[in-house]
Amino acid sequence: MMTPATDAREQRVWDALAEIADPEIPAISVVDLGVIGSVSVDAERVRVEVLPTFVGCPAVDVIRSQIAQRLGELNVAPGVEVAVTFSPPWTSERITPAGRERLRLSGFAPPVTAPAGIGDGLDELAVLPLAECPYCGSRNTTLENPFGPTLCRAIYHCADCRQPFEQMKRV
Amino acid sequence: MSEAPAATLDAPAREALAELLLSVADDEFVIGFWDSEWTGIAPMLEEDVATSSIAQDEIGHARALYEMLATLTDGDADRIAYGRDADGFRHAALLNHARGDWAFSVARRYLYETADAVRLAALARSSDEPLAALSTKMRREETYHLQHADTWLRRLSEGASEGRERLVGALGRLWPDAQDVFAPLAAEEELVRSGLLAEPMRALHAEWQARVRPVLEPIVGELPALTPSLDGRTRRNDDFRWLHGELTAVYRSEEGATW
Repeated sequence: MMTPATDAREQRVWDALAEIADPEIPAISVVDLGVIGSVSVDAERVRVEVLPTFVGCPAVDVIRSQIAQRLGELNVAPGVEVAVTFSPPWTSERITPAGRERLRLSGFAPPVTAPAGIGDGLDELAVLPLAECPYCGSRNTTLENPFGPTLCRAIYHCADCRQPFEQMKRV
Repeated sequence: MSEAPAATLDAPAREALAELLLSVADDEFVIGFWDSEWTGIAPMLEEDVATSSIAQDEIGHARALYEMLATLTDGDADRIAYGRDADGFRHAALLNHARGDWAFSVARRYLYETADAVRLAALARSSDEPLAALSTKMRREETYHLQHADTWLRRLSEGASEGRERLVGALGRLWPDAQDVFAPLAAEEELVRSGLLAEPMRALHAEWQARVRPVLEPIVGELPALTPSLDGRTRRNDDFRWLHGELTAVYRSEEGATW
């Protein structure tokens, strides 16, 4: 059962995590990116579960060690455990509204949200070649390449402001 | 890295799960290395990016599966990946072949991605919760690979005569070995009994056939009815022996080193 004391300690952990930037897109924190699956604190240890955006994401090891280091300094419990799990799977719906706005401000289109009923189940992903230009807001954009400079990004071009841009991929 | 597979599994089930994990991991690992060979030499810049990204995904999937296997068998993921002889690999014969030309790579990628999609759908229903969760996640990423393979298959088949001829030749050559993604596993009875594998390989093979024949036969004509062979995951050839030498070179240069 959660006591007010553990509750306060968990809040301190969440606050600390909110200051850890994603190594590949530093404008967004790991909390806003939705990669923190859970936080728990007991007398022995603090445990954080990390959900990789992509299974092969090379930034996961960096995120893990940054979290371990930060929570070590925080001193909320004697032990720190940072686990990686795929349950539940990270999906682009986990990015917070604040996170989507931060992506946009740093020149990344956030992933499109699927219309209800279209590939929104965990076992069916509809690839939607849609993105809103982060510079001018136009939807008059074309998918240049569903694969980009990192596993989680796709490359688009805006026909209105003629700017190439990247989208954080819907997955 | 991943969670431990269910500790409740008895010894035969653990052994069966280990065989299943190794077969899927080796498939992803080997095709990932062949894909990575296109980095810098693909027919266009966008395809350099695409094949490199797909290769990174596949090797990432292999890593997660090898880590799951290492947890299950109290082993080491790097040692499993890089410390085995070529004959110790259990990937399907389809993945033995060198990358060939672009049409050959497109043909193999289409055959493999469609087979992998059928298999992943079954693995996502595995009774082993961590494997089911990982497979669910992998399926969402593989959607992009499938779309890529499908786009290129259509592009070459609808294009000028040379591309189409090369594609048809490659599909014909690879068709027999493609069956072996569904080669029976030694512990298959146990896998199906315990629900670790939701359906037997022969059922998945039939499902795959029903999916690809309507797409491929208008391009290549009638394809022979073949069954996966018993040695479909143990046959090795010189192409793979060469690749194995390449991909293990760094590991062998200083075994046990921390990089």
